[in-house]
Amino acid sequence: MKKNSTFRKVIAIAAIALMILGSFAGCGDETAEVTEVTQAVETAAATDAAASNVTYRTLDEIKESGKIIIGVFSDKAPFGYVDENGDYQGYDVYFAERIAQDLGVEVEYVSTDPASRVEYVATGKVDLILANFTVTEERAQQVDFALPYMKVMLGVVSPDSALITNVDELNGKTLIVVKGTTAETFFEKNYPDVELQKYDEYADAYNALLDGRGDAFSTDNTEVLAWALSNPGFTVGIDALGNADTIAPAVQKGNTTLLDWLNSEIEALGAENFFHADYEATLAPVYGEAADPDSLVVEGGIVD
Amino acid sequence: MLDSGISVLFLGRNFLRLLEGLWVTMRISLVAVILSIPLGILFGMFMTLKNPLTRAVSRVYLEFIRIMPQLVLLFIAYFGVTRAFGWNLSAELSAVIVFTLWGTAEMGDLVRGALISIPKHQYDSAAALGMSKVQTFGLIIVPQTMRRLIPLTINLTTRMIKTTSLVVLIGITEVLKVGKQIIDANRFDYPTAALWVYGVIFGLYFLACWPISSLAKKLEQRWR
Repeated sequence: MKKNSTFRKVIAIAAIALMILGSFAGCGDETAEVTEVTQAVETAAATDAAASNVTYRTLDEIKESGKIIIGVFSDKAPFGYVDENGDYQGYDVYFAERIAQDLGVEVEYVSTDPASRVEYVATGKVDLILANFTVTEERAQQVDFALPYMKVMLGVVSPDSALITNVDELNGKTLIVVKGTTAETFFEKNYPDVELQKYDEYADAYNALLDGRGDAFSTDNTEVLAWALSNPGFTVGIDALGNADTIAPAVQKGNTTLLDWLNSEIEALGAENFFHADYEATLAPVYGEAADPDSLVVEGGIVD
Repeated sequence: MLDSGISVLFLGRNFLRLLEGLWVTMRISLVAVILSIPLGILFGMFMTLKNPLTRAVSRVYLEFIRIMPQLVLLFIAYFGVTRAFGWNLSAELSAVIVFTLWGTAEMGDLVRGALISIPKHQYDSAAALGMSKVQTFGLIIVPQTMRRLIPLTINLTTRMIKTTSLVVLIGITEVLKVGKQIIDANRFDYPTAALWVYGVIFGLYFLACWPISSLAKKLEQRWR
């Protein structure tokens, strides 16, 4: 009798805890715990962003404090990474340095991960996110995006011996994609005649291409361009396919002073072709001749 | 090709950065462990109380901490608290709080287990010898409990040291994250660096946990 009631109590507690956990885990169907939590946190953020009582720092407050806090990636070369001296480098960081310079303040970098970017800016722990942050509708409900400074499209890499330079050449052939990427949805929707071979991991997909299990591989153009460079015998035949996803700085919802300043800054920088200079300094050494800067860089916030 | 990867470790300040990362790992985990052990002992004694209310409270606390992934707890402590109350805790403080809460719960359960494993006749014999409650506890029960607790506490300590690698998700750059930064920054020039960097991290974790293991061994021998 006593044992039974203790048992029931434990079950009840477990059920409550699971409910709490469930409300966090949301509807994620990914297997990786981190992805699930990310999704959960991003969804949770969406629901209570309006009710949050966190405040952002206005442009004047940032200037007064003499320091802007910017969230960047620290392990995603060549966009945001840390060099051997412990200094932040990369395409996003090059822009961050310029922002700080034009504001007349110092910059403090915070290392963020894909999972925590929205939370950092939503809780005001950083003033600004410059971490290869792709503009999506869901995210736009939680943060305010400034004008874009980069775009990502799909790229298709194939062996030099049977190089594919036109998307129509793929009809009837086998294309390798990674599950859950834009490439998968894009080809399913627009090119049903292309046979897709799907993998869970990038490493598996690349190995499949190396082994010749498929005719070509498609994912973000930045990714395939970098890969083709370190794998002789393969070339990115198509480097800008599909709709351009844009990458933009993000600030906390409602921080209009900072947002307006950023937008005019990006427009002004467009006049001096700043992002092409950024490309030359940070991305060109990695992508070399393989990429056309205009397929990645966005000047003055205008995507064509 | 393997020999080229190792040179990454000697580029610039890379090796020093790994050591700095290890220091961050050790700082967070050791503070949490040092706080968890006494708090856990108190919590374990609290758990053995016969009062139904204290039992329910300790049960809920233990199950909550045990069932919640540490990652979720970290997000709640770092971002959730700011959202809900506007308190801006630093990342390291949040990490120490979460790991202390976790360590206290786990340590408490270990202490509870060790305490109830002492046979009842030990208490009875002490009473028959005319010992007071304090004497029984201090001279009979605690020394035996301590001996049982050492291996369990060491397991918990080393587990806490390794689990601190989760703190990267709230922006703390600890040893594993430094390793990933080094691998990533060199992935175009030294694709084989990963093996070496992870090898060194393995060595660093070993160096961090080994002294704790050998200290435990010494204590166990002395208290035999």
